[in-house]
Amino acid sequence: MITPVIDVTEEAVLNCDDLLKQVHAIGKDVLAEYAAEVDRDARFPAESMAALSRAKLLSAYVPTEYGGMGLNILQIAKICEALGQYCGSSAMIYAMHCIQVACVVHHGQESAYFRQYLRRLVEEQRLMASATTEIGTGGDLTSSICAVEIEMDAFTLTKKAPVISYGEYADDILVTCRRSADAQASDQVQVLVRRGKYKAEPLSTWDTMGFRGTCSSGFTLTAIGAAEQVLPTPFSEILSQTMHPYSHIVWGALWSGIAGDAVNRARAFVRAEARKTPGETPICAIRLAEVDQVLQEMRHNVLSLTREYQDLLNAGCPDLFHGFGFSIRTNNLKVSCSQRIVQIVGGALLICGISGYRNDSKFSLSRHLRDSYGAALMVNNDRITKLNATMLMAHKEGY
Amino acid sequence: MSDTPVKTLSDTHAIREVLAQHGRLSVDVHSLDEDSDLYNAGLTSLATVGIMLALEDRFDIEFPESKLSRVTFRSVATIAEAVSEIAG
Repeated sequence: MITPVIDVTEEAVLNCDDLLKQVHAIGKDVLAEYAAEVDRDARFPAESMAALSRAKLLSAYVPTEYGGMGLNILQIAKICEALGQYCGSSAMIYAMHCIQVACVVHHGQESAYFRQYLRRLVEEQRLMASATTEIGTGGDLTSSICAVEIEMDAFTLTKKAPVISYGEYADDILVTCRRSADAQASDQVQVLVRRGKYKAEPLSTWDTMGFRGTCSSGFTLTAIGAAEQVLPTPFSEILSQTMHPYSHIVWGALWSGIAGDAVNRARAFVRAEARKTPGETPICAIRLAEVDQVLQEMRHNVLSLTREYQDLLNAGCPDLFHGFGFSIRTNNLKVSCSQRIVQIVGGALLICGISGYRNDSKFSLSRHLRDSYGAALMVNNDRITKLNATMLMAHKEGY
Repeated sequence: MSDTPVKTLSDTHAIREVLAQHGRLSVDVHSLDEDSDLYNAGLTSLATVGIMLALEDRFDIEFPESKLSRVTFRSVATIAEAVSEIAG
């Protein structure tokens, strides 16, 4: 089952504008302040996440009846885009957290345990992480080797996860695994493992080109807990109705933010050039017009799929997710955005020239460019394109 | 192409053959009831693409978009029903 998300009122949208101002203020004062250091040292952006917690933004997607802000996916995407302008790693951590929150909001509310969890998430601003991929499954989210083993009312679970973003800093982790020791590889569930009840043994480090502050090391996760910590909906449904569309929307949104900041830096550079030669449009301004056009396409692509997704959620009919069409469009969004971000930041670099290439200039685009190349790799574009190729053999548009 | 008359699809042997070849099921399809849930037997939505192509070939039909749903591929019986409906 998927719990329909009630459409927001006009008042909520107005409040969201105020909220966005607040998000930008946090972005300027905190995220931007530490972004270079977080990137340089590949460290968790603790200051950013603390500021987002203080603003209660970790429960932005939790319905108001549990004390959350009750925002919808359109508004969450706007927040992610705003944060992306200041620190890509902080925005990515926030976006990933929101994906996990959405899994519980959409698929956990029928359970008393998860209703209680949502209340605690609001009160304590708990940070949620995700352990989906597993060593030995070749990056395929839809099959697991590990299994949750339930005896009486208690479970045990051990998973070798090659990547758990901010795993060391999360309060709770949603872990995919087989439903039981004798279940098929594709018969998966998600289990919420709680801080204090799991042990995470490091398997690898995280010293990467970009998104360095996400601290996405690998861990062997060993967890215990109560049987009720298993989400009641099969993971295949959570994936198609929530995790897949929600991820690509919030990622596309925050990548738009990173690209938007690159364009802002390029614009600032062009204006500085224009001041030197009054009355004449500098040559690099032409390129600014070019990247702005690509940025608009990228933003509109995100917005369009976000609206489609919100409409599907409002309809409250899980069957609508079963066709290939929405899945294909979601994948197209991801691949397209991950290519455009590189194109935009690369264009901005050409505009800023050596000033953008420098690490010690206010026009520096090093972090943006390194972050942007990660977009094609997090769920590799080739894997996604191959899935679309398979689905397109069956899917017929408008037929 | 069509070696099984569509009207006699109560005999679902041909469908089981297609499932055995393309379904990537984790159990023997011949051991399943007509109404057994194929998704519980390991069927994935991606595998349904291969099944659809094989069924189209076998029965000389073309699946419309409206039939490409989870409901259609849920069991041997629902596939048989869809095939005979498409074949008219």
